[in-house]
Amino acid sequence: MGLVDKGRLPAPLTKLFNMSRSYSLWVYQWGLACCAIEMGAAFGSPRYDVMRLGVIPLPASPRQADFVCVSGTVTDKMAPAVKRLWEQMPEPKYAISMGSCANCGGPYWDSYSVTKGVDQILPVDIYVPGCPPRPEALLEGIVLLQQRIKNEDMAAKWRGDEFTTLQRTRAVEAGEVDRDGELIAETHSISEDPTPDARPEPIVVGGGPIE
Amino acid sequence: MSLTDRQQLSYIASQAADARLNVELETEGMTLNIGPQHPATHGTLRIICRLDGEQVIWAEPSAGYMHRGYEKLTEVRTFPQVTTLVNRIDWLGSFANEVPFILAAEKLMEIEAPPRAQVIRTILFELSRIANVSLFLGDLGVQMGAVTPVFLAFRDREYVLNLIEGATGGRFHPNFDRIGGLKDDLPKGWIDETRQVVKKLMQFCDTIEDLLFGNEIFQSRMRGIGVIPADIAKDYGLSGPNLRASGVDWDLRRDQDLPLAWDKVDWKVWTHPDGDSWARCWIRLQETREACKIVEQLLDQIPAGPVMTKVPRIIKVPAGEAWVSTENPLGEMGYYVVSKGDLGPFRVKIRSASFNNISIVPWVLKGVYVPDVITILASLYFILGDIDR
Ligand code: SF4
Repeated sequence: MGLVDKGRLPAPLTKLFNMSRSYSLWVYQWGLACCAIEMGAAFGSPRYDVMRLGVIPLPASPRQADFVCVSGTVTDKMAPAVKRLWEQMPEPKYAISMGSCANCGGPYWDSYSVTKGVDQILPVDIYVPGCPPRPEALLEGIVLLQQRIKNEDMAAKWRGDEFTTLQRTRAVEAGEVDRDGELIAETHSISEDPTPDARPEPIVVGGGPIE
Repeated sequence: MSLTDRQQLSYIASQAADARLNVELETEGMTLNIGPQHPATHGTLRIICRLDGEQVIWAEPSAGYMHRGYEKLTEVRTFPQVTTLVNRIDWLGSFANEVPFILAAEKLMEIEAPPRAQVIRTILFELSRIANVSLFLGDLGVQMGAVTPVFLAFRDREYVLNLIEGATGGRFHPNFDRIGGLKDDLPKGWIDETRQVVKKLMQFCDTIEDLLFGNEIFQSRMRGIGVIPADIAKDYGLSGPNLRASGVDWDLRRDQDLPLAWDKVDWKVWTHPDGDSWARCWIRLQETREACKIVEQLLDQIPAGPVMTKVPRIIKVPAGEAWVSTENPLGEMGYYVVSKGDLGPFRVKIRSASFNNISIVPWVLKGVYVPDVITILASLYFILGDIDR
């Protein structure tokens, strides 16, 4: 999109784009271990029914997906395949890490063959803790991801900035912080803004530690 | 009648054309990788197939993508902590994984759970079998492109998970079994609810039988495909429904004398003479029904009393070695526990069913067509955690 990569979109257009993006997400499932079954229950079962959130499971290939749900234990043997699949996905892309294993190693924190956290190999947007998390927790993770997308500055995401929220962009333009997030002025509006994207990073469902 | 020169020449030319055509049509071998990320492999199994046209001439499973190092981890955990780990081996029927380990530890300590705990253990064991196999029955359709059964399976599986959650507090990984008994007693009203759920599960079995097993496409893709004769099945160490589908009457629940309650009820071990994919699926369907029956009968027989014997607060298992195996949803699962009298085991060898069950894959996939690979893998039914551990 020419408008996006040139710089800023007009605000109403950004809002429209973000809204439509956040309600038409195709999710690619990496069911790796036990959490995959709970993810299957969230995505495939009539009781939880993820489609009412505007999320469509089961794309044919990672090239069609908007976000990925890594659920389960990533082992050192599997990690290259996970990374490769992540690189096949088109930008803009997001990742949800589901379950303690994908967050930090979980019950296998001292195992010789388990990657302690999928965030070592791909940038994770939302952490869903639990072993396994209930399907409801995964649904909340998806809602949080949608909130994040709604508040995103698409140009910043395009450039690959670390922080992509609209508030951050406004603060940068007002000269309060620089692009790396260093505070320039005394006050900065992010901490005072009560909107949901002012949450501290990383975003964790339930707000606790990521284990 | 002699051929004219012209006829002879044309005959030679046509032979040469045929030969050329054969050379051109000769198919080149191709290597097909199924997995490690493929819906048909139920996780991260990779199967390397060498194809000639549509036919598999050589196949080899490449395991280890889900290796989490259980046997090593058990050495640095205490005995009560190990159940948390072994829960996650066969993640669809978690409770069934705890039982043999706890029984092995109890054998070493020479204690036995009280009768009430034994019966409740058996009920939860069979419920986890239902939770496991019902998802298999639903997933079976997906492998062949029928999506409806999996929705049915997820719907009815939720009832069972609710029960397990009601009794143990965990939907998936209950970690409820303790050395010497159970963590808690059953909650109030649980037994009545279980009765209703078992009825629903019986209906689910009927629906699946009508919908899937009566389907002509299903039958023609399953019958006569992937036949495993009884002696081959024994040679490769298959166990559980895969072995019974080859006509071997072997069930550890009936053949073994464990302190569990299977001998108190009336149920049947099903076998099937065919040994093909259809037989393996059919056996599992019957087994779900038998599990429902076992649960239903045991609900009337829960004796009164405590659910925990007297065990010390800090559990030290005396030195010795013990082997206990049970008939898990996937087959024989056993633990060989070596203790040196410490807080934790010195060494635990885990024998899980799926590892042996997929060892037959190179044999059974030889010469089948590519679409049948998926149905054979589906009917062999493995769980990745159970293979790689
Ligand atoms: S977090 Fe727990 S349930 Fe999820 S994959 Fe890891 S061990 Fe299994």
